[in-house]
This record gives sequence, structure tokens and C-alpha cells, in this order.
Amino acid sequence: MLETLIISAVSMGAIGAVMAGFLIYADRKLKVEEDPRVEAISNALPNTNCGGCGYPGCRVFAEALMKGEALPTACVAGGNDTAAALAGILGVEAGSMKRMLAVVLCRGGNAEAERRAEYRGDMTCTASHLTGGDKSCTYGCLGLGECVDACKFDAMAMNDNGLPVVFYDKCVGCGACARACPRDIIEMHPEDRKLFVYCKNLDKGAYARKVCKVACVACGLCVKDCSVPGGIVMKNNLAVVDYSLAPQTDESVKRCPTKCILWGEEEKVTRDAYYSGRPKA
Amino acid sequence: MGHRTFERGIHPSYYKELTSGKRVEPAALPRTVVIPLQQHAGTPCEPLVKKGETVQEGQKIGDVKAFVTAPVHASISGKVKDIELANHPNGYRCASVVIEGDGSLRQWGSDGKVVDIGALQPEAVRQAIREAGIVGLGGAAFPSSVKLSPPKGKAVDTVILNGCECEPYLTADHRTMVEEPEKVVWGLKALMRASGAARGFIGIEENKPDAIDALTRALSGSPEIGITVLEAKYPQGAEKMLISAAVGRKVPPGKLPFDVGVLVNNVGTAVAVFEALNWGKPLIERVVTISGNGVREPKNLRVRVGTLFGEVIDQCGGLVGSEIEVLNGGPMMGNSQSTLAVPVTKGTTGITVISADEIQVRPYEPCIKCGNCVEVCPMGLMPYRLGDYGKLQMTAEISALDGLSCLECGCCSYVCPAKRPLIQWIRVGKLKLRQEARKAQGAK
Repeated sequence: MLETLIISAVSMGAIGAVMAGFLIYADRKLKVEEDPRVEAISNALPNTNCGGCGYPGCRVFAEALMKGEALPTACVAGGNDTAAALAGILGVEAGSMKRMLAVVLCRGGNAEAERRAEYRGDMTCTASHLTGGDKSCTYGCLGLGECVDACKFDAMAMNDNGLPVVFYDKCVGCGACARACPRDIIEMHPEDRKLFVYCKNLDKGAYARKVCKVACVACGLCVKDCSVPGGIVMKNNLAVVDYSLAPQTDESVKRCPTKCILWGEEEKVTRDAYYSGRPKA
Repeated sequence: MGHRTFERGIHPSYYKELTSGKRVEPAALPRTVVIPLQQHAGTPCEPLVKKGETVQEGQKIGDVKAFVTAPVHASISGKVKDIELANHPNGYRCASVVIEGDGSLRQWGSDGKVVDIGALQPEAVRQAIREAGIVGLGGAAFPSSVKLSPPKGKAVDTVILNGCECEPYLTADHRTMVEEPEKVVWGLKALMRASGAARGFIGIEENKPDAIDALTRALSGSPEIGITVLEAKYPQGAEKMLISAAVGRKVPPGKLPFDVGVLVNNVGTAVAVFEALNWGKPLIERVVTISGNGVREPKNLRVRVGTLFGEVIDQCGGLVGSEIEVLNGGPMMGNSQSTLAVPVTKGTTGITVISADEIQVRPYEPCIKCGNCVEVCPMGLMPYRLGDYGKLQMTAEISALDGLSCLECGCCSYVCPAKRPLIQWIRVGKLKLRQEARKAQGAK
């Protein structure tokens, strides 16, 4: 009886030793040499895989940085600090970047925009967009929050009026919300821009006004009043700001009848300010 | 049973008795029409008229230099009130020509002469079909002239006329076959002549015996054309299903019917071909079935393109109640409308109005992997997985599972016991996939 136990213990031990030897050999022989800098870069990145750099994830971006295919400033989520850290690891000039922010270019919420039907399909913006949506305006915000779902930095919420809000302090400018929006209402802009047309409606004035109280009615007053000639142009019944000409003053917005063009008036909310005084959802 | 058919599919309730016995009536002449410049699959037209211009019924008002397109024509005589963005039944705002009518009517084909088929030149037929703006009237609105111009090396040997009309409620094609069988047959012969095909088939589901009788009579003395009676099953009228049932050929994924030597056209299209070649009448009106329990008096109407849904429904006694769902097309494939101020287009096979007591709203539940959707998918896809991938917008997986082959027939959503909106998700996924492909092409 004892003999059986000893034989089995010894044989199992021997098999184990052989296997262990094989594993040690395999580990040495098949070892993959990895540049230690990839690990360092990976640690320096936010590792949220937001996709703002244009690569599928942080690891792939780190590899692209190593190959010299990407610039340290491409990591929009990390900002200047990350860029400096990455440049330190890679031994290159960091360069500087402008902070980008998401801007929601529609103010036609539940209170302003006419609703013409009830939408009962799948509650995502893209699905609703395929049916034309429930608002009479077919260019405006669908209000189902696909942008908020796409945000990985807790920098957005849907407000009581059914419009998305971007938190100034949390937005890293990755652009995930802008990519998620089926109607291209969210755009990425440098944080120092102040002049925005908060409308995407291309309908003629009378119809646009009928369907939404804050639609661009293509009256052309902002175009006339703009201090820089050509700084604002009327394209397909919609005022469009030409940022390359950088209109720097606010005259253009004063006479807007629907207040859809604004100069830095859209309040920049921080996350804490938004949630203070309201129960957390 | 015992009739030819395809694999899988479903047997929904058809509700065709609401309108199948009703003659097609001409709709009242609309005072104003809104004619979208895109009513077909392909490049949108550019307007050829200006605001304030006087137009005649049948005058070409929009065209573009492109291969896959079809011109649009004024459906009433009158004055161009405006060219502006207007609601389109597909849910977006489309550049449209608004015409205010003067009440005059033009007579088409009053001399009653019919051209001899043997005298037709294939190229001239193709050109006439293009100029008449004829598109497939089965719903997809694919330009018919493009179907008649297969790429070099691809020959068409069989023309199939699609008279299945498998979509519940709709009876427009059924009535067309019963009331105008001679025109259908003439149109089919012209299409065979233009494509060089020697054989012709008319595929009809077994549940339309009067249409089968009418066409059999009209076909006496035409041995090259046969009637294929098919099982009443949905989606029998889908192009690929019809080809496999009628001639036993399978169209490979991503390929078109002419890759297997077949040309499929709707019976309504054949009538439009007859009217274009004999009367010079462009496609300015079509038969529309207005049906469902949400409309007081279901009817088959010959409606001018550009007539608003609201006006058409008013001629059928109006809506019953306010909580209704209005669909452009039938209940399986039609898309729901958020307003009645949308025009009837060339692709409007019907207007289905579902009443409040027929609408079931209930939240969907998790997939229990029962496999019902896989069992019914006529394309042999895996809708439960495509649905999830579409919901999550995972485009690579959708394309790996051949999601673009999906016909959006709706069988999967119909049978799903958890009431998952599979088709809507798959549509989202296909949209994202196409957007990505376009972006990739633009980057190159």
C-alpha cells in the first residue's frame, strides 16, 4: 500500500520536474523583447481607450508613438501634461496643443422644438434618426443621449430640457460624442472660441421658425453686422462662422431674432455645479 | 401547399381582404403636389425648372447626368410655386418641386393604338424607359433603365415579373394584374425584347386566383411566357427569393440578379413600361393601397406622385382616432411616418394605417437564444447576433456575418418572442457600416 503511494508521488514529481524544465526553457527561448519605453508610454497615457487620437486604443497609440507615426500631442484626452511626459520618454520636442472642447450646436430642447409624433422604437439617437425622429426639425438634437453614453470621461449629461450638456471641467476633447451623434450636432472647437451658431437647420426661415423657437431663420442680420467681412456667411439657409477669419467681437450676435448665434453666452458648466442642488441620476 | 417557394420565411396574417376586391379608383386631382427630386435609388436629380415657371403634366422637371438615376416629371399641370426642402417619406428633408395645379387634365393614349413588339429597338426601349423616369414600383425604386443595361459579358436569358405582393395589406399589384392584364403582358414582352431574354415568367402567389385567371387569359398565344404559381409566404416577393423559387437559381451574396442571367421587374413597372412606350406617358402616377384598421374606408387609388399622404387618407374617409401609426408601405417593411405632410413617391406601394388597438408597446426582453429568427431568415443569416452587433455598432462583426445581405424583410422581428427590435438594430449597423466604408473611400 505504502509502496503505491511512494511510486505515484515520485512519478508525479518526476513528470512535474520535466514539465517545469520545459517551461523554463520555453520562457528563455521564446522570450519577446519589448522596448521598455512602450510600457512607460502606456503608463503615461490615460488608458481610457477613448479613440480621440484616431487609434483604436491607448496601447496601439503607444506603439504608433514608438514608430514615430504619431505625435505626443495627438493624445487629446491627456492634454499638455501627458504630451510633455510622452515627449520626455521619447526624447522629442513636446510641442503645445490647444485644449479642445465639445460644443453642442442645437438649443432646440423639449421646450423650444415642436414635437410632431411619438417615437416608440429603440431608444438610441441613430435608430430614431433613421425614422426621421419625433421632432418636426429633422436637423436638431434627438434627445436620446447617445453622446452621453459615448462619453468615457463623465463629462456629459442630458438636462431637463432634453439636450446634452458638456461639463467644461471634465471634457478632454476626445470627440467621442461628436462621432456618436448621427446628426453631427456636436463639434469639437478650441476652448478660446466664443462665437457659435447653435443651429443646424437648413430649412427656409418661415418653416424653421415654425418648427423651433431657436432655429436659424437665415435672416442674414449676423452676416451684415459681422465686424470682419465674410466672417459669417449664409450657406443653405444657415449662418456659418468662418473661423479662419476669426471674428473677434460680438456685434454680430446682438440682433439675432431667435438668439441662435451667441457670443460666449452659453454658460460653461462644471460637473459639480451641474449636479449641486439636484439629485444624482 | 405544394407550390414552388423558397427556404424559410414566415406566414403572417395578410389582411388583404380589406381591399383585394376593390377596383382601382383614380384619386382626386390634387391642388398642390410636392415632388421630391429623389424618389429612386441612386443620384438625386437637379431641378430643370425655376420658381414661377408654368409646367405641363408629364413635363420633365428634374434630371441629372448619372448612370444610376431616374428623372422626375410634373404630375399635374400648373405653376412651380417653389423649389425647397420638404418632408420625404424616408424621414429626411429632400429638395422638392412644389407645383400649384391649374386643374387641367391631360389625356394619355386616347387613340388606343398599340405598338408592335417586333418593331421595338432594344436601345430605344431602354432610352424611353429612362426618359419616362420608370423605377421599380415594388418599393425599392431602383431605376429600371439600369436593370436593362447589364455590364458587358452578362447576358439576361429570363425576365421575371413580380406579382407576388407578399407584404400584408397591400393589393395594388393584385388589382393591377386583375384589371390590366394586357398591359402587364405587353410590358413584359417589351422588357424581354429590350433585354434580349427568350423566356418570361410571371410569379404570382397562390392566394390571388383571380389574377392568375386574368393573366392566363391574356397570355393565350404567348408560349414563351409562363405563369409560376408560388406558395403564399413572406417574403416571396423579394427579388432573390423569387428567382430561387421560379427558376431555381441562387443569387450569391453581394451580387445582382443579372449575375445569374435574370431580370426581375414588378407588374406595376410593366404597366408603366406599356404606358411610356405606347402613350409617351412618364411615371407620374401609381396605384397605392390605402389600408389598415386605422383608416375608415380602405381603398386602392391611382395617386399622382407628389400628393400628400394626408390628402390621400382624406379620400379614404380619414383616420380612425389619433393614436395611430402610419406606414409608407406595408407593415413588414414600411417605415413609420411622423407627419402626414409627406408626398406619395414612385416607391410608395401603400399607406398602411395601424389603429390604436393593434399597436402593442412593450419593452423588449433579453434574447433567450431560441433561434426562431435564424429559422425564418430567408437569407440564412443570424439575426440575433446581427441585431446585437448593430445595437453596439460593431461594424467589423456585422460585415463578417454578411449583414449587408440582410433584406430588412422583418421576419426576425416578427417571430422574436422577446420582441427585440432586431431590424431596427440591423439597420443602424448597416448604416454605420456604410458610413465607415464611405469615410474610408474618402480618405483614400
